[in-house]
Amino acid sequence: MAFLEISGLRKRFGSLEILKGIDLELEKGGFLVLVGPSGCGKSTLLNTIAGLETITEGTIRVDGRAIDDLHPSKRDIAMVFQSYALYPNMTVAGNISFGMEMRGVPVEERKKAIDKVAKVLQITHLLDRKPSQLSGGQRQRVAMGRALVRDPKLFLFDEPLSNLDAKLRVDMRIEIKRLHQATGTSIVYVTHDQIEAMTLATKIAVMRDGEVQQFGTPAEIYNNPKNLFVADFMGSPAMNLLTATIEGGGNDLHVSLLRPEAEPLRVPVPQIGGLAAYSGKQVIFGIRPEALTDPDGADRNAKSLFEGDCLIDVVEPAGSDTFAVTKLGGKEVVARLRADARIAPGQTARLAFNLDKAVFFDPQSQQRIG
Amino acid sequence: MSAIVSSGTAARRSNGARMFNRVVIYGLLAFFAIVYLMPLFVMLVTSFKTMDEIQNGNMLSLPSAPTFEPWVKAWGETCVGLTCAGIKGYFWNSLKMVIPAVLISTILGALNGYVLTKWRFRGHTLVFGMMLFACFIPFQSVLLPMATILGSLGRFGITLQNATGFRFGFGNPTVNLVLVHVIYGLGFTTLFFRNFYEAFPTELVKAAQVDGAGFFQIFRRIMLPNSLPIIVVTVIYQFTNIWNDFLFASAYAGTGESMPMTVALNNVVNTSTGVVEYNVNMAAAMIAAMPTLLVYVLAGRYFVRGLMAGAVKG
Amino acid sequence: MSTVTTPEISLTPERSTRTSLRSRLQDALPKIVLAPSFVITLVFVYGFIIWTGYLSFTNSKTFPSYAITGARAYQRLWRWTFESDPPSSWYTSITNMGIFGFLYIGICLGLGLFLAILLDQKIRGEGLLRPIYLYPMALSFIVTGVAWKWFLDPGLGLEQTLHQWGWTSFHFDWIKNKDFVIYTVVIAGVWQASGFVMAMFLAGLRGIDGEIMKAAQIDGATTIQLYRRIIIPLLRPVFLSAFIVLAHMAIKSYDLVVALTSGGPGGSAWLPSNFMYEYTFKRNEMAVGSASAIIMLMTISAIIVPYLYSELREKSR
Repeated sequence: MAFLEISGLRKRFGSLEILKGIDLELEKGGFLVLVGPSGCGKSTLLNTIAGLETITEGTIRVDGRAIDDLHPSKRDIAMVFQSYALYPNMTVAGNISFGMEMRGVPVEERKKAIDKVAKVLQITHLLDRKPSQLSGGQRQRVAMGRALVRDPKLFLFDEPLSNLDAKLRVDMRIEIKRLHQATGTSIVYVTHDQIEAMTLATKIAVMRDGEVQQFGTPAEIYNNPKNLFVADFMGSPAMNLLTATIEGGGNDLHVSLLRPEAEPLRVPVPQIGGLAAYSGKQVIFGIRPEALTDPDGADRNAKSLFEGDCLIDVVEPAGSDTFAVTKLGGKEVVARLRADARIAPGQTARLAFNLDKAVFFDPQSQQRIG
Repeated sequence: MSAIVSSGTAARRSNGARMFNRVVIYGLLAFFAIVYLMPLFVMLVTSFKTMDEIQNGNMLSLPSAPTFEPWVKAWGETCVGLTCAGIKGYFWNSLKMVIPAVLISTILGALNGYVLTKWRFRGHTLVFGMMLFACFIPFQSVLLPMATILGSLGRFGITLQNATGFRFGFGNPTVNLVLVHVIYGLGFTTLFFRNFYEAFPTELVKAAQVDGAGFFQIFRRIMLPNSLPIIVVTVIYQFTNIWNDFLFASAYAGTGESMPMTVALNNVVNTSTGVVEYNVNMAAAMIAAMPTLLVYVLAGRYFVRGLMAGAVKG
Repeated sequence: MSTVTTPEISLTPERSTRTSLRSRLQDALPKIVLAPSFVITLVFVYGFIIWTGYLSFTNSKTFPSYAITGARAYQRLWRWTFESDPPSSWYTSITNMGIFGFLYIGICLGLGLFLAILLDQKIRGEGLLRPIYLYPMALSFIVTGVAWKWFLDPGLGLEQTLHQWGWTSFHFDWIKNKDFVIYTVVIAGVWQASGFVMAMFLAGLRGIDGEIMKAAQIDGATTIQLYRRIIIPLLRPVFLSAFIVLAHMAIKSYDLVVALTSGGPGGSAWLPSNFMYEYTFKRNEMAVGSASAIIMLMTISAIIVPYLYSELREKSR
């Protein structure tokens, strides 16, 4: 049995349904990331796990015990908030020990616990300061300290890194991962940042409009998106999604992609179950930028590689890679080339399509084909 | 925004024209400052003059021989109606009324604001809107029913006294005024705290809930310690308003021993018996104005903030 | 934040089916705390307004009578509304209200804006000047009245001072003149409130995005054009709140008239609030007094209710 089990969870405000039947589970010691655009219900879902919002239907179980009627403080959880939610009138030590104080833990014990946590997070020298005297990263640590000191069954993180600057965000992300590896505590983590999701999670739930679009490991989500939304949402730069027509049949199935100042590009597609039925119809052809590269940089192990000439619109050297923008199927398409790839805007360049990584979606249902 | 440094044309203008502009601006500002200060100045100098000097001298001239006599007389001897014991008793009446009224209405306002922002329920906007509207009603529209209710409370007090030998404050004009000011001040105090707590991070409340704090613990340990600015604003606003009130005071404690300061001052000034002692009147007015002026001088920043908060509603 | 924010988001558990009595009590606690204040407001504000409204349809004189006798009080007020020669007290009160309201609000807004703009020109000593313009707001209407009564007294105040300085033809006796006494109320009222309006405008000016003005300057706007075309239009919300505050202060003004003029010669300085007080408590015409109070309330409501409605609706979005 899973450690955290959410089943049939619904939440309504009047006639407005914010969570529309969520089913998720997480193994003990797992790291579940809820990701989605704002308004998708991910924070609401986290709040219902915390007990800060009630649920209309369904159950939440932790370690086999239903917790959905318990007060937040009785659920054996700890939460780190987006704004850190440090009590401004209390010192760092006061912040960390407030929960213990509320539970009536004796002063001596509290002190010991504070010292222990402070040592782990290296904030011992900050214990007497007020939150206003701390930097963003220090506040983040104190917020984690407040969560750690409870030694909870489940950690909840509500976009904890979104208030930090880019560099600090990366540092803290690593810190959180290290913390997870060290303590082995189960974590539920909300973010709208898909890189955080990919790097931290053992399981990702991509949400939209109160529904889980796909639930799986980071690799599954990235490589096998179940629908157009997941494909589009996960990955940066985003997956190229082109409208194309399937042509041919049998062993010669291909899509034809319009390109400026040239014949349409005929790209052969691999045998994917169900795709043949679309012959003569439109599909959405999805290919990630890294699967569209200069021929020399292409994956040598790929089973089906296709090379085609494309007119390059814009070149963006990003240091580690060079991104090239071209027009295919009437849309802008981003290709990810090696940094030293020789390429110039306004010229035609040969690009390699790694079709092992290509995915196809039905334009009506937006679901994956095959 | 901070001043137009130099607009396209102004930059081309000569230094002389700029200078002239500045002189005009400062001149106007100084002129208005004098106009605004004039009444206070006149009141102040008059209160230190003898009656002789007032009748023969110039209103704006400084007292030739400053005397505290009028202040002493206003405080301890002048006649309010038929009693001639100065205004000191009424000054204390006002204080006895203001302090409890301010405290009670502020505490209730803080609790209301806390509930209306952090423990919302269906219809909270309507409840708040109804309380807010109460700030704007002309009090004339509740004056009479309130008088009737206070009259009944007074009769109840007498019954209570006959039965137990103690009135428990029922019918006491000061207690009545405290009640009235708490009731009709609630809208304002609730408004202040609601708007302040609206901007107060809800995550702190959630964090405290996860930490196991209850409704009142969160209020006492998290909300109140972080509410000092709005508490100061509310206390000052309520203090000024209640101290300065005249309508309720004259309607419910308009005669006798328990008049508040404003009513007593009006009586002093409008006493028609004997010679009108302008210097004493002015000293009495200064004494009546002193507490609120003092608050203004000491905490002007919060005073203005309170007025603004009261002005920008919703 | 990625929560779908709706006005109804609550931290209070609503599901009570599976919860114990104790936790149900906990859930109800916020409402229990708010209830007394709300009930007090319902009874002492809305209940009392209904009560006053009821009284206005009786023929209550010195004491309330609770037999409905129709809208006689309103009919009388209606008749008095047109009784201009000699003016009825009601006619005087509402004409005064019109004069006072118009001038008080207009001058306060104009003067307040003017002072705010002057103060916004990088003035040295702004910190000293601002409190000088604003302090009258800390004074009670009674003190203001006493001060100005003295200042405007023909025999003692301004007139006499100017006579002493040699301007013997100067004549200023408005405070004793039944046709002009209401203007002295305007003077004292403006003196008291205009500094506050100035502070509101100043805060508004300081809140304007500096880049907008830089852009306008680059576009070649002169200072006057800048104010007329860009800044003053941007201050529209401040005008609105200042108007609301001033309007409700104007309709509620009662003390100032009493302290400054004692009602003026023959009640010539009365405002509707004075009319209500006098008729209810002095002239034993409780029904008429109540009717006038209801009319005052309606007038304010006509201004305030739409304003509050739009403010609160905006806020809950």
